[in-house]
Amino acid sequence: MNEIPGDLKFMKSHEWARVEDNGTVTVGISDHAQGLLGDLVYVELPSVGDEVKAGNACAVVESVKAASDIYAPVSGEVISVNSALADKPETINEDAFGEGWIFVVKPSNLAEESEDLLDPDAYAELIENEEH
Amino acid sequence: MTQHTILNATHRALGAKMVDFGGWDMPLNYGSQIEEHHAVRRDAGMFDVSHMTVVDLRGAKTRDFLRHLFANSVDKLKVSGKALYSCMLNEQGGVIDDLIVYFLAEDFFRVVVNAATHDKDLAWIEKQAKAFDVKVIERKDLAMIAVQGPNARAKVQSLLSPATREKAAKIGKFVACEGDGLFIARTGYTGEDGYEIIVAEAQAVDLWNKLIAAGARPAGLGARDTLRLEAGMNLYGQDMDETITPWEAGLAWTVALDEGRDFIGRAALDKQKADGVRRVMVGLVMDDKGVLRHGQRVVTPSGDGEILSGTFSPTLGKAIAFARVPAGTAESAQVDIRGKLVPVRVVKYPFVRDGKPIDGI
Repeated sequence: MNEIPGDLKFMKSHEWARVEDNGTVTVGISDHAQGLLGDLVYVELPSVGDEVKAGNACAVVESVKAASDIYAPVSGEVISVNSALADKPETINEDAFGEGWIFVVKPSNLAEESEDLLDPDAYAELIENEEH
Repeated sequence: MTQHTILNATHRALGAKMVDFGGWDMPLNYGSQIEEHHAVRRDAGMFDVSHMTVVDLRGAKTRDFLRHLFANSVDKLKVSGKALYSCMLNEQGGVIDDLIVYFLAEDFFRVVVNAATHDKDLAWIEKQAKAFDVKVIERKDLAMIAVQGPNARAKVQSLLSPATREKAAKIGKFVACEGDGLFIARTGYTGEDGYEIIVAEAQAVDLWNKLIAAGARPAGLGARDTLRLEAGMNLYGQDMDETITPWEAGLAWTVALDEGRDFIGRAALDKQKADGVRRVMVGLVMDDKGVLRHGQRVVTPSGDGEILSGTFSPTLGKAIAFARVPAGTAESAQVDIRGKLVPVRVVKYPFVRDGKPIDGI
């Protein structure tokens, strides 16, 4: 199990969100989630310019085993997507918290919505309980 | 109550991700399903298939019994050790299970059936066996390891005594031999050469560890599923069940309509054949990105069908599937993936054989 970086916030559905210095929010799935899914073979990315709403599905990751929706941790406009994942979806397996990021949002309601996200300790506890 | 094979602790020690499969706690993968898949296609992988049910049938009328029980004809089995793949049908022609039967002696055949169908299979076999005075003996004392891949046979042979090695090296495909306390069959569920080895539980862990030392890579049920689908092999419960006949499941090649043999389900099969089979099983390949999955709707000019087994094929690098569609479906169709209709090609399977994509796939 990889260390969970301290600057991330999490959804119960295993997405992570990192508020960057410029105020944008980078989104990915946790290392725990990639482990549950197994080898990823396809990522359906949102489009740049899409408006996403916190808690709504906006991307899909598919492993050999299953397809899984990715929910937006915060509302806002998608300003960047990790198009390298189209050819190398396994990047998420290899580096879920880094090179495996999925998209970046320019948030519209960050202060309020980030209240609903879990800090790393709370997330670690959540997955600990899932495993037992 | 979850059941464990004798190798359960070994899988866990190897770091396997375990899943429930038909009531058994089995390894899904030991890290990467795709790497395990490639190991089988390129070198040698091995699977614990001890959850499968081994049943020995003994009695003077065993051959007559199996002539009646199976849709394929055991009359094809003339030499001791020879194996046959068959369906076991109900009176309606629906598939109760698919299985492999080995002819060992006129009064001794061995059958290997699926794990998830264990209870109903045994009940059915025992019920039908009474009239033939055949003894049905489940071999819970046996484990089974499938070693598969282009180098699988050589790796197994390296562990055998000279006498057994000679026998194992000589057997043709779909034939079994015995030696060193092992039942060694040149069969499998991956589309590669290899052996399925039936071994006493007490020796199974030792054999597994020796196989690892010989270079066979442990592979889980995940890889087993992508390998068998690439190889064009049906999975019971997903591609066919008791409501589906062999005609509708791409299994016509396993039905022997030999004259005068009154096997269970034959009348229904004869009738369906005469009336015309309305649904057939086809292969699908998707060239667009994405993954075909069980349950997705298949749209064709002659009506809708459904994906049975679908997956991402590691060998082809694209999605493949079996689908049941209206008879007469042409060369292309569309699949409904999350509300979007994606084009797919309708192809003859297998998709992959002996490590290579089939031409035209």
